[in-house]
Amino acid sequence: MKLTLRVWRQSGPEDKGTMVEYKLDDISPDASFLEMLDVLNEKLIAEGAEPVAFDHDCREGICGMCSLVINGTPHGPERATTTCQLHMRKFRDGEVIDVEPWRARAFPVVKDLVVDRSAFDRIIASGGFITAPTGTAPEAHAVPVPKPDADAAFEAAECIGCGACVAACPNGSAALFLGAKVTHLGLMPQGQPERWDRVVSMLDTHDGEGFGGCTNTGECTVACPKGIPLDVIGRLNRDYLGATAGGKKK
Amino acid sequence: MTWNSFPRQTYRREVAIAIPAIYRSTVGKKAVMAVTGGILVLYLVAHMVGNLKIFLGAEEFNHYAHWLRTIGEPAVPRRTVLTLIEVVLGVSVVLHMWSAVSLGKRAAHARPVKYQSKKKSHAQGYAVHTMRYGGIIIAFYIVWHLLDLTFFVVNPKGSDATPYERMVADFDASRWYVTVWYVAALLLVGLHLRHGIWSAFQTLGLRTPRKERALRALANTVAGLVTLGFVSVPLSITFGWVS
Repeated sequence: MKLTLRVWRQSGPEDKGTMVEYKLDDISPDASFLEMLDVLNEKLIAEGAEPVAFDHDCREGICGMCSLVINGTPHGPERATTTCQLHMRKFRDGEVIDVEPWRARAFPVVKDLVVDRSAFDRIIASGGFITAPTGTAPEAHAVPVPKPDADAAFEAAECIGCGACVAACPNGSAALFLGAKVTHLGLMPQGQPERWDRVVSMLDTHDGEGFGGCTNTGECTVACPKGIPLDVIGRLNRDYLGATAGGKKK
Repeated sequence: MTWNSFPRQTYRREVAIAIPAIYRSTVGKKAVMAVTGGILVLYLVAHMVGNLKIFLGAEEFNHYAHWLRTIGEPAVPRRTVLTLIEVVLGVSVVLHMWSAVSLGKRAAHARPVKYQSKKKSHAQGYAVHTMRYGGIIIAFYIVWHLLDLTFFVVNPKGSDATPYERMVADFDASRWYVTVWYVAALLLVGLHLRHGIWSAFQTLGLRTPRKERALRALANTVAGLVTLGFVSVPLSITFGWVS
């Protein structure tokens, strides 16, 4: 395949950055998008140029490290697929492909296509866990969980924290990420004692990090590589309003 | 120490004291939009039904307009109920717009560098993209509408005419541009309701997967009926079916 790439190049956080065009010949349609970028980088290194920096780790769609807004869509054109699992056969021969980093104030660009997503870590640190003594795993049947709750919690727990929801949202909101965490923990019996404090604290951190507010456009759930449904945002809203207006937060 | 012993301060203290905690959050602002939007939708339905009385003739329509001003008499003075409704509507509109502007500003702040690639939208429909600019146009429309049929500033007839006469004169065929402006604005109201009604349930956490289809149907039906009911009046007058 012949491709023309327009890649966002930015030498560091202070640099203004710009789109740079690269031509690639002979890309296998079976290559993943990241392998295609590897080929580009090998070429750039051979030419003595600076390779394109991009985030990646497991390359099997579960770690949440890969990102990239491809032709205006986070994780590219294929639904429910991370960039690392996206293959070049999804593109036309000779296609011009734009590659950009996630765009959000809360996700500042570190270099080229790499953004700092530690705002998500700070949201998690403000309540996205259960304060409980750890140790050996308890006996699985000791705490019964209704099947529908277990399924919904598992669905929410599929969130890999990649940030595609923020990248896709016209408001730059992380409501889907936040909703996934609040739903996941809020449906479990172990999550109940801190349920109302958690949602207030995590939303406060979310807003403080400079993410926008959710206006129910639904772009996040379409971009989400794990297909996290909008239901989690509904639950986030219900829990937050219950905790504050409903007076459930002690 | 646990995580919740570190409250984050996201507003200046004097601002924080002035605004209730819930309203300072993005979810709280959206909830205020949902509740005030709900009040406005209920009002629109009542307003639309009232307008349809124009098809029953001048006497019925004028009688209805007179009744609106005398509800509750003699227990309460003239115009008490109508004034209360106006106050609730005024407060709702202000809070609705305040929340929208506040969230809009947050959104602009949240993405300082735009995407170079053409923005692609994959979700929902056309209505969701009209919410912000449509809302602004609707706000201008409401100002015009009040100047027209509440304060008679831009109406061909004055306060000595009956409500029916003012309506008929307003949408006379010679003033077709007024009709076009009303119909265009009302179509935007319809789009606003189509997304807004569904969105209000989601915002208040009342939408579940099981209710999704019913809520979409409710939003589309209410939006469709309200729009049809409203545009039928100016169009009927302009085309001479009501005179």
